Amino acid sequence: MPSLLAIDLLLIAACLWATIGLAGLAAPRNTFFVARVLFPLGALAGLLVGATGFVALGGAAQTAELLIGLPDLPFHLRLDNLAAVFVILLGIVSAGISIYAAGYFRVGEGTAPGVLGLEYHLFLASMLMVLLADDAYAFMVSWEVMALSSFFLVTTNHRHDEIRRAGYIYLLVAHVGAIAILLSFGVMTGGAGDYTFAGMRAQDLSPFWGSVAFLLALFGFGAKAGLLPVHVWLPEAHPAAPSPVSALMSGVMLKTAIYGLLRVSLDLVGTTLWWWGVVALAAGLLTALFGVFYATVQSDMKRLLAYSSIENIGLLAVGIGLTLIFHSYRMEALAALALTAVLFHCLAHAGFKSLLFLCTGSVLHATKQRSLGKLGGLIGPMPWVAWLALAGVIAGAGLPPLSGFVSEWLLLQAFLFSPGLPHSWLNMIVPVAAAAVALTAAMAGFALVKFYGIIFLGQMREPNLKDAHDACPLEKLGLVWLAGLTLLLGVLPGTMIMKLDAATRQLLGKGLADRVAEQGWWLLAPISPERASYAPVLFLITIAATLLFGRWIVRTLYHGRVRHSPAWDCGYHFQGPRAQDTAEGFSQPIRRIFGPMFRMQRHFPSIRDRAPIYTVKVEDHFWYWLYLPIARLAGGISALIARVQGGRIAVYLMYSFVTLILLLLVARP
Amino acid sequence: MISLTGFLGQIFAVALALALAPLLTGWINQCRAWLQNRSAPPLLQPYYMLHKLFHKDVVLAHGASSLFRFAPFIVFGCMVLACAIIPSLSSDLPFAPAADALALVGVFGLARIFIALAAMDVGTSFGTLGGRREMLIGFLAEPALLMVIFTMAMIAQSTSVATIVETLAHRELVIYPSIAFAGIAFTMVSFAENARVPVDNPATHLELTMIHEAMILEYSGRHLALIEWAASLKLYAYSCLGLALFFPWGIAERDNFLALVAALPLLLVKLAIGGALVALLETINAKMRIFRAPEFLGTAFLLAVLGLLVHLLLETQA
Repeated sequence: MPSLLAIDLLLIAACLWATIGLAGLAAPRNTFFVARVLFPLGALAGLLVGATGFVALGGAAQTAELLIGLPDLPFHLRLDNLAAVFVILLGIVSAGISIYAAGYFRVGEGTAPGVLGLEYHLFLASMLMVLLADDAYAFMVSWEVMALSSFFLVTTNHRHDEIRRAGYIYLLVAHVGAIAILLSFGVMTGGAGDYTFAGMRAQDLSPFWGSVAFLLALFGFGAKAGLLPVHVWLPEAHPAAPSPVSALMSGVMLKTAIYGLLRVSLDLVGTTLWWWGVVALAAGLLTALFGVFYATVQSDMKRLLAYSSIENIGLLAVGIGLTLIFHSYRMEALAALALTAVLFHCLAHAGFKSLLFLCTGSVLHATKQRSLGKLGGLIGPMPWVAWLALAGVIAGAGLPPLSGFVSEWLLLQAFLFSPGLPHSWLNMIVPVAAAAVALTAAMAGFALVKFYGIIFLGQMREPNLKDAHDACPLEKLGLVWLAGLTLLLGVLPGTMIMKLDAATRQLLGKGLADRVAEQGWWLLAPISPERASYAPVLFLITIAATLLFGRWIVRTLYHGRVRHSPAWDCGYHFQGPRAQDTAEGFSQPIRRIFGPMFRMQRHFPSIRDRAPIYTVKVEDHFWYWLYLPIARLAGGISALIARVQGGRIAVYLMYSFVTLILLLLVARP
Repeated sequence: MISLTGFLGQIFAVALALALAPLLTGWINQCRAWLQNRSAPPLLQPYYMLHKLFHKDVVLAHGASSLFRFAPFIVFGCMVLACAIIPSLSSDLPFAPAADALALVGVFGLARIFIALAAMDVGTSFGTLGGRREMLIGFLAEPALLMVIFTMAMIAQSTSVATIVETLAHRELVIYPSIAFAGIAFTMVSFAENARVPVDNPATHLELTMIHEAMILEYSGRHLALIEWAASLKLYAYSCLGLALFFPWGIAERDNFLALVAALPLLLVKLAIGGALVALLETINAKMRIFRAPEFLGTAFLLAVLGLLVHLLLETQA
């Protein structure tokens, strides 16, 4: 009897997820059974997936065939190192989200919990199948299951108009993207009719068709990931979905699109042209800047995080662009550096963004509020959520010593090598692009300080916030899990980078492991210690030591006395919660400095108003520049077609008759 | 490997930073008073201030959370770490591998986030105003600072501050025009980052344009002392970074004990001149409106990018 391979274990896990989902149908209205029994089981399956991915990473690729699918095209599955990286991500992050969800879902309106559990676990299983798929057919089927199950999850509270609208936009963009992906696969088969990925690798595409395949894939996967200009579904769908679903979509599902883009551009297409990298780099930079600018001006906490996800996807695209540029010039060591940054950022972003979305879920449950303007001071009643969210904020702002900084640091290191490119102007333009990356990272700090400061700090803006309660134990467990992941990735990045080496070696033939291993576990020096190094452990120890030692020495030499009194605020006594900045107030400098970036509608109160009201509404330019014209065009075309469709059966019969005559005429031998 | 001299040098550098930083602040205040025809406070005034503040009780506002009480220590820790990385006397710092120049920017960013969050914690109007403005100045200044560091890193082929200093100080003297651009940009950024005059005024309270002072209004006693000390350390760190990047001569190399002895008086002289220049620039400039600050920092950013381009255009062929 052959021993159990990793890929078999993953298939078992996928079946487990599907079974857990179906089990929920046995008692669809029993919230306790679904939430407290099935979701923890799903989390265990997630752990199994994560652990299996960890074992498989670095080993030889494993393949399997499933006897489902088309008659002569069974599902081909393959677990290689690239897929394993994302399998780890899926398993570990979903384990945290599932255990949180076990505490999160309550009796409420919308989809019955059993059905919700089915959708949720099918979503997980389909994402796993997307990562394992080794032919276009299996990939597209899993991709569609993923899109549909997540659509139903987004529209859980389908009684609200705006949620149905958000779900519709999501479904529309997902399908436009899916068509592009399908066409890209079609181009890559090169007309040979072999839809397995192995067949596509064997094809030698001309530069033209290769470019077509790449651009289609960039568009298609970009639509799923949220690249400009097909990002519009993200800020609609994330606030609409329940928080664990937002976390899963932002943390994991967006990464499957990154996986697809890497799979196509570095593995399936074969050749790489330098300008593909430039296109990805430019699209990524625009997306990142756009995302972070809009994140800073949002007043809804989940929309803010959704725009921040767009920003992070932009940064990932920048990294992919840099990888492709280096790869096209056969500078594989540098391409490996950029690719490691991409993969690491996938893991880091999955951790901290899921964490932040789950924190908004707890806030939402405790306060019933999503609008930043009605929150505040929650660090008092919700200390657990507040302190764990702080870890997400520091990582999200790309600050040491947490995980977000490591990938940003690796990316900037890769940028520092770009003057070595053997191209006349590329070697000057690309380093300057690093300036935009730096601006993005710095503005992400602004957006997240706003997010954190307005939700958790300050005075409570509404009186009922006093009754807010902290997360329940299962929720806390999920949050601690993800915060721990963020801390671990940030403090011991070398360990993970050693593991990622297998994936970069598979795609590019080079990795970073040798040099990282030379320096020991505590020091991260991807090129050489003279050139650049970063030791987050020392970092953390120094700050912690100063904190403790400083506190001790101050208390020993002087004293630790504390008196309490009302806030001073320059002697002004009437400090109500309304005197603090609102979300709109906090981002006022951004709106003022970068005004033309936004489409704003403002209403200023006049001095004679009895009840003065200030409102500001910031909208996305793309709706008006791109989507409304397209919608109008589609409307116009369908109006034209409607003229033909009079609704009278006699006319339709005549159309059929005319068509028949024409066909007979044309098809005459 | 970590040598004993290196280790002692490291401890000495941190101790020196802790001791000298308030002195530098005092020296700048004194110079500024002279230039403005006021009678100057004593040179040691910042030490008296710290001593007094440590003795006083902490008066904590109602509603201040634990983050408010932690933040001063974290900010202080970040600044100590920054001073441990930046070569002041010797470039042989065993601690230097912990963070290169990019991570140094991250350290300053971490301190900024904590002080801005602490400012928002009590929930007063001035506090949130200060926090918002600090983050604004921060995100405008950080890219400019990173571009300066990029230019220097490309010249030295390294982002490690110690290696950059060794490259610039101890190899043959080549004039890089890009360094001039980077130097001006760095000066502008350090004025903004340290809340000095064209962007902020460290001398006033109760002014609607304040930034740094608005954030720390609610702090008192030992917390305020730590924040003031951390602000001095930040100024010292930026000064040493500027001196190390643009005037690196005299910073001792590895295992060169004699140079280390000579480096101290040289550092004092450089800091004294630098401090006097800071006071001079603060005196001849007027504080600008907050919404002029983006123009000021945008200029710094453009100069830094220009420096980078000049380096890539003119200096890479050689």
